[in-house]
Amino acid sequence: MTINDVYLALDEVFQDEFDDKSIHVTETTTANDIEDWDSLEHINLVVAVEKRFNMKFTMGEVAGMKNVGEMVSIIMKRM
Amino acid sequence: MDFNTLKKRASKTDPDLPKYKLAILGDCATQHIATALRGTADLHGFTLDIFDSDYNQIFEQIIDDQSELYQFSPQSILLILCAEKLEASFMCLPERERVSFADNTIKTIQQYWSVISAKTSASVLQFNFAYYNDGVTGSFTLREPASFAYQLQKLNYLLSEAAVKHKNVLLVDVNGIQSLYGRNVFRDSKLYYLAKMPFSLEALPIIAQRTVDVLEALRGHEKKCVVLDLDNTLWGGAIGDDGIEGIQVGELGTGHAFTDFQLWLRELKKRGILLAVCSKNNEDTAREPFEKHPDMVLRMDDFAMFIANWEDKASNIIRIQQTLNIGMDSMVFLDDNPFEREQVRSAIREISVPDLPEDPALYLDILQSLNLFETVSYSSADNQRTEQYQQEAQRAVMKATYSSYDEYLESLDMHAVSAPFDKFYFPRIAQLTQRSNQFNLRTVRYTEGQIQEIADDTTHITRYYSLRDKIGDYGLIGVVILDKLPDNNLFISELLMSCRVLKRGMEEFIINNIIKMAEENGSSRVFAEYIETPKNGMVAEFYQRMGFAKVGTKFYADISTFKTCKTSIKEENYDHK
Repeated sequence: MTINDVYLALDEVFQDEFDDKSIHVTETTTANDIEDWDSLEHINLVVAVEKRFNMKFTMGEVAGMKNVGEMVSIIMKRM
Repeated sequence: MDFNTLKKRASKTDPDLPKYKLAILGDCATQHIATALRGTADLHGFTLDIFDSDYNQIFEQIIDDQSELYQFSPQSILLILCAEKLEASFMCLPERERVSFADNTIKTIQQYWSVISAKTSASVLQFNFAYYNDGVTGSFTLREPASFAYQLQKLNYLLSEAAVKHKNVLLVDVNGIQSLYGRNVFRDSKLYYLAKMPFSLEALPIIAQRTVDVLEALRGHEKKCVVLDLDNTLWGGAIGDDGIEGIQVGELGTGHAFTDFQLWLRELKKRGILLAVCSKNNEDTAREPFEKHPDMVLRMDDFAMFIANWEDKASNIIRIQQTLNIGMDSMVFLDDNPFEREQVRSAIREISVPDLPEDPALYLDILQSLNLFETVSYSSADNQRTEQYQQEAQRAVMKATYSSYDEYLESLDMHAVSAPFDKFYFPRIAQLTQRSNQFNLRTVRYTEGQIQEIADDTTHITRYYSLRDKIGDYGLIGVVILDKLPDNNLFISELLMSCRVLKRGMEEFIINNIIKMAEENGSSRVFAEYIETPKNGMVAEFYQRMGFAKVGTKFYADISTFKTCKTSIKEENYDHK
């Protein structure tokens, strides 16, 4: 899976989670860019991403993630 | 069903669905369980209106009369206490106090329950605790009273023991879910540390389902009857092909699994679930194993109905449903054949048709995990229910020998008891308010604790009715609650009757009895109301038929001019059993 594939797959996860087909995430996307992305949704999102890529984030990674770019680099590292 | 699907359903609720008000109080994060509950309720065809209290506000919400909890006036209150919180307080205790940790904790929990039931009539749903071993002393912990795992197990036991005494409390077996699916599925430690969530997202739909099962039972939606196929469902093989020596039950071949399955079904029957057979066979062939096979657990007298013919199963099931006179949504159909299941499903939308696995060894695993038979009451009369339906069949035969219906009713020699609510019958009275859907004028559901409160409250007059005739005893079949109005008149706030005694003159008997009580109370009028539900259309015109006058949506009867209704039922003196 290339980094592009990861972003495409993440688009699907985000679109499904937030029920919004117009969402496209980039390296710099943060919770501020997506209206419903609050602390509760963050949990749902993390679990959905884990399921999609069949991997687990550590507690520290979940707490420290600043933007989608950081999420992607963790995913890439696990593959 | 995954959490995300439930979340989507939870956000789009249908305003036309019936509502149920639930408050959630927890010492952990409860927002996700609230979402999962809303979504699950929506799947079940009702809307959960939830008050989800702030984190760790249980005591504050419960103790204050003016709290958001009581202002919300919930029908049920869900209490979620997590084992993690317990462990934290356990670890702060000096050694000598640890042995009484469970005893002290159950006292606190019982105080919550008592305060709630003093302030509201809402029922309490309490999660039990997910067990785990902290590994401090290994398995030795099981015999060490000062260890956490020991105290946690004891606490789960004490919860059950305490709930027996608190009639308004229902437990949800969350620990049972964990043992079925495993702690790794049930819990996600990361979510606990980051968000104080004691359950994983994967477990939430299952936990929500179990909780909604209890709410459904409280709403009067319980299963009452299991319709069973025979070949490869109750025994291995086909009786028509393999013959009585060839079918597998008992020690033959895979028979043990079928024997256990039959034993489980017999347990359902003992607690009041009706069993019926619907099989594509010649009737004589189908009956043979029940009459002659030495290893069969189920026998002919375990069934309320037995249909074996070559017609399609949906038509036969409709016949069973009509004869037993119960709602189609209270029926479950079990058949190993996917084709038959599909035919029944597509012909009868309301019936539950679980997919049985191909391997009969797994029948019980699947059925037990589906938790189809949730209930909120058990009464000692439940194990006689099958017999009562069988007596009903005898009456149908008798009826045919009389030229007029009145003559038949006279011949039954019916006697009814009318008596105030009595603690011996509280469970059965509560159960009838929860189970009766058709002959139920206002469909107000009560728990056992609420029935007790009403019985003790002098602003109500209460009556239960039981009926017997020369064929048998119907048991307790009717419930009336009358509210005393300030002007000395009465309002019928509850009137319901089991459909098994429909058109026996019992409804007339009850009305005459109400009028008599009104007279004794010095009332000049009795007021009544009919509240329409999808199921109680049969009593829409009931009060007019009984001679009440209609004004708008209400009804009334004047005591002085009321004409006694005709019935052949004689009143017998109250005899405490």
